[in-house]
Amino acid sequence: MIHTESLARTFTVGKERIEAVRGIDLDVAEGELVAFLGPNGAGKSTTLRMLTSLLPPTSGSASVAGIDVLARPAEVRRRIGYIGQKDGAGHNYRVWDELLMQGRFYGMSKADAAESGEELLRTLDLDALRMRKVSSLSGGQKRRLDIALGLIHAPGLLFLDEPSTGMDPQNRANLWEHIMRIREQRVTTIVLTTHYLDEADAMAERVVIIDHGTIIADDTAETLKAKQAGDRLTVVVRPADAAAARTLLGTEGSELSERPDDDGTALSIRVDAASHAMPGVLARLRDAGVDVVAAAARRPTLDDVFLNLTGRSLREGES
Amino acid sequence: MAVLTLPAPARTNVVTDVGHVWWRETLTILRDPFSLIFSLLQPLVFLGLFGPLLSGLAGNGELFGGSSLQWFLPGVVVMITMFGTSMTGSTLQFEIMTGAFERILATPLSRSALMIGRALKELTPLVVQAAIITLVAIPFGFVLYPLHVLVGLLILGVFGVGVGALSYALAIAARKSEWIFWAVQQALLFPLLILSGMMLPLETGPGWMQVVSKFNPLTYIVDAERVLFAGSFGDVTILRGLVAALVTAAIGLWVGIRSIRRATL
Repeated sequence: MIHTESLARTFTVGKERIEAVRGIDLDVAEGELVAFLGPNGAGKSTTLRMLTSLLPPTSGSASVAGIDVLARPAEVRRRIGYIGQKDGAGHNYRVWDELLMQGRFYGMSKADAAESGEELLRTLDLDALRMRKVSSLSGGQKRRLDIALGLIHAPGLLFLDEPSTGMDPQNRANLWEHIMRIREQRVTTIVLTTHYLDEADAMAERVVIIDHGTIIADDTAETLKAKQAGDRLTVVVRPADAAAARTLLGTEGSELSERPDDDGTALSIRVDAASHAMPGVLARLRDAGVDVVAAAARRPTLDDVFLNLTGRSLREGES
Repeated sequence: MAVLTLPAPARTNVVTDVGHVWWRETLTILRDPFSLIFSLLQPLVFLGLFGPLLSGLAGNGELFGGSSLQWFLPGVVVMITMFGTSMTGSTLQFEIMTGAFERILATPLSRSALMIGRALKELTPLVVQAAIITLVAIPFGFVLYPLHVLVGLLILGVFGVGVGALSYALAIAARKSEWIFWAVQQALLFPLLILSGMMLPLETGPGWMQVVSKFNPLTYIVDAERVLFAGSFGDVTILRGLVAALVTAAIGLWVGIRSIRRATL
């Protein structure tokens, strides 16, 4: 469905050259749900804009839905849906007018556009708002209308750029419910960008981590977490016990790390199935005369993966 | 996994694209007709308040080769065309900021249709405006030559598409700050209007103004409209006006399409 080779884009701002995307090789198959995850400015949106023909690449090539993006951009646009970061619907228009016009822009007949529009209004809980002016809709309603606009022509491939940025958790959950339902009904390949870790973790079947304009990891969230981070077991001990605990933990797991804690020292190791390993480790610590103040077993998050790969946390950049 | 076949995409062409873009823009008028009623007042005000001053000034018409109304009315029609089409970019600028422009760019609509459709929308009320001021002017001695006026409106339409496309390009260039759009639009609009002899005849002005007006495409449009509204076809002035309109449209569309392609919103 998507194939790129060394896709790159450079911007010139004043005298400075900014390499926003530096050579992306990517293949996406039919039916996949892929999330581009990375901090702001990593090159996610720039990549998306090149794939949707909105931005010509500086070098490299991309084919989307079997069509060369550079050679036949209009043909690519015909076959895809794109939902950008900002409001897709014109603020001065009525909901229904915008939906119908969007269908017409894709060459649909009036009847086909109306039929598809009716269905989308129902699916996305927008039915009661059809005669409302777009500027009077709430943020969540506008976002759902954007989804409807992106799907009016039933594209086989849908691009979503930061679909839930700025939404409260409830609206985000609601939006995802809609996206998933539509995916079931209209079998669609979906490529989205996000800087929300939990969103990529929970929704995407495949996570492509992008940083500084290149892909630094590409796999299912589960595999990434297992390979790149793994479960961690953390115990807090008094400073006097730290040396003994350190020695014992060194034999229990790997990647021993240490940080000061209010109650003494927090020691952390990477260990498989941490919650199952914990009782045994705690018992052996007590046998060694170590007084454990607190203990925790933690499943890795995608942030741990990102931290492991880049040495930085994704959360730091979150606004 | 269900086997996915992409729907066979529908065919479109530039003409239907223009129609769709025009219709979407026109919906803003239809859904809010008060704006149209208000816009009809402006040319009437000009005609009603400026016209009598002109005829007084000219000692009833020698300067204008007949009735001052016959001379001034085509000027007002050109003026409302310039006002309308030069503002094409302002609604676009709003849609660039809110995001609708990007959504529309992501559709298969042809790039020239985006500009032509928008410019035609600005020209749509013009037809109504022109009809009304013409009808109002008839009792005051204006002689209507319908066919000539129609040809005049067609030339104006072509010219208006060019001005609209340039305004469109200006909106993209000034997408980061709204005031730049208005500053440039105003800075260009009034000198162009005055230096075309649209409001006051340039024949009485200083020589440099007459020279500068020769480089103003609007001059040729205004001259052609005057000849047409006076009921004449056999004049090379009309041809000059048509050429000026076509050249403006060609340059406008070229500049506009270039700026759409280069825009990195």
